[in-house]
Amino acid sequence: MDFTVELFINAIVAGLLLGGFYAAVTAGISISFGMLDIVNIAHPAFIILGSYIAYIINQTFGIDPILISIVVLPAFYFLGSAVYQVYHVSFERRGQDALRGLAFFFGLLFVTEVMLILVFGVDYRYVKADYIDYAYRFGPFSIPMRMLIPCVLSLLMLALLQVFLTRTFTGRAIMAVSQDQLALRLMAADPVRIKRIAFSISIATAALAGACLIVIQPVEPAVGREYIGRVFAICVLGGLGSLPGTLIAAMLLGIVESLTATYYGPSWAPAVAFGFLLLTLAFRPSGLLGR
Amino acid sequence: MRLPVFFLIALAVGLVAFGLALTFGNDYVFYAGYVVLQFIVLATAWNILGGYCGYVNFGSAAFFAIGAYSTVALHKLATSPARYLPDGILPFAEAIFPLSVPTLVVIAGLVAGVVGLGTGYLTLRLRGAFFAIATLALAVVLQTLVLNWSFVGGARGAYIIAPQSVAIGAYELRYIHYLALTMIVLSVLAVTIARLIERSRLGYGFATIRDDEIAAEACGVPTLRLKLIATTISGALMGMAGAPFPYYIGYVDPGTAFGLSYGVNSIAMPMIGGTTSWIGPLIGAILLGTLQQIATVTISSAANLLIVGLLLVAFVIIAPKGIVGHVQDYFRNRKKEAQ
Repeated sequence: MDFTVELFINAIVAGLLLGGFYAAVTAGISISFGMLDIVNIAHPAFIILGSYIAYIINQTFGIDPILISIVVLPAFYFLGSAVYQVYHVSFERRGQDALRGLAFFFGLLFVTEVMLILVFGVDYRYVKADYIDYAYRFGPFSIPMRMLIPCVLSLLMLALLQVFLTRTFTGRAIMAVSQDQLALRLMAADPVRIKRIAFSISIATAALAGACLIVIQPVEPAVGREYIGRVFAICVLGGLGSLPGTLIAAMLLGIVESLTATYYGPSWAPAVAFGFLLLTLAFRPSGLLGR
Repeated sequence: MRLPVFFLIALAVGLVAFGLALTFGNDYVFYAGYVVLQFIVLATAWNILGGYCGYVNFGSAAFFAIGAYSTVALHKLATSPARYLPDGILPFAEAIFPLSVPTLVVIAGLVAGVVGLGTGYLTLRLRGAFFAIATLALAVVLQTLVLNWSFVGGARGAYIIAPQSVAIGAYELRYIHYLALTMIVLSVLAVTIARLIERSRLGYGFATIRDDEIAAEACGVPTLRLKLIATTISGALMGMAGAPFPYYIGYVDPGTAFGLSYGVNSIAMPMIGGTTSWIGPLIGAILLGTLQQIATVTISSAANLLIVGLLLVAFVIIAPKGIVGHVQDYFRNRKKEAQ
């Protein structure tokens, strides 16, 4: 394939936009896995659930998918609370969170996926909105709206989360909870309550990420699996639990995947994330911005 | 019970089951039985790493598919060696092809074992969660590689036509019977290996890792080496379980070989049966495998996956020790009450 500057720049731009979206997908994992030590591998399943909810409401009422996701945020928050409650009672309190907790989330991932298949089948579903087919063009470069809007939204969400985590008492308590629960108790904060709030927020982000996903591409129930490798690669590379690190890592992965897709073909893109993950684990397990 | 005795008894049980299945006069029993046996191998293999060491492997499907695809690749190579091999090794290749199923099983075991060792070496030095995530990602990536590898069919999949029968001495054996027998031997082997490990120094080493890895390390247990041994054995057995699969199913595509159901089943079966001893995965595999075969026929194949998922979630929440663990507890309590 010819190497042209336009193609290269287009690939970089697409990568940056994709990376912004990946940051939204990973934000939830950064909180649950990075800060709370809860290995929520079912997170991508919740994202797909978010996509399908956006799809159903968009199909029946024609409401904008992004708007839908903001409306269902509270529902996902409570779903997160419920999941955390089960997790806490069954695993954290019994001290068996490692092996059985993982199996629990794996089961959740699988059950969600199979239920979606049973209800909707394995067809690809997509949403309708005015801006999806629209793209800004600057000479040879183009910025499709269906990539730009999710990217901007996720940057906004990340900024909000970062402000919440660093400026409010609850936010700081969330950052502290994985480090020293006793110290947190001495500050008159209940670690279980703090963890529940944090986990609920992490699931709530899945609603937004899910809506963004279905704006970007058609969705079928098994799509979530591709994201497992990606989100954990980004989370680990970014340095567990660091949102700025997550953003940088997501952008990096987005660019590398976009370049791979442009020059080698899109079917190779999923392997990139794994290569990223393995290299990170082998050479810098604490991540780019790890503490 | 001494080990050779155990092996012979287990083999005898397997052969008796085979004989009983013959009296049914219906090949469906063998097709269903093969799947259950395959799950016995997968569940037992998973348990060597997951149950004994406490390291969760989500990528059982990847190892299984390595086995299946190594068979596909060798089968393809055997059909026209002159096209793919350099002249130097051609006579040698023609002498050994076509490979018999047991040989393919051994080769698949070697390949999957090496992949297990490699993955383990990269990720096992870190916290357990990283290994789990890496295995999950491994499945996705190997699937990508196979999708892009046109030699084994890529996304189109590959057709493997199994012969009608195989001649052993003067006796003509139906092919599905042959495959079922291979699986019986393989599952007896897997269970024997699991039992051997459980009662050896290796098994005690594994148990110390599961209970407290840092303490074990401090006491001089070579934890990394033990974990690597466990990953290699576990991966090799999973690969071996996958090797006869193309001949059984006739058509392999990345979607079937890497199906998430293998990953879920090989976790769910030990978890439901009980993870601390060899008998747990065996019971789990027989129960869940049979249940799935019945559900596939009576309800639908998607519903049976839902059943497995729900059972897994229900068991880890309500009965974390599995069937074996809770039965043991029951008898222990009764003994206490009797005293």
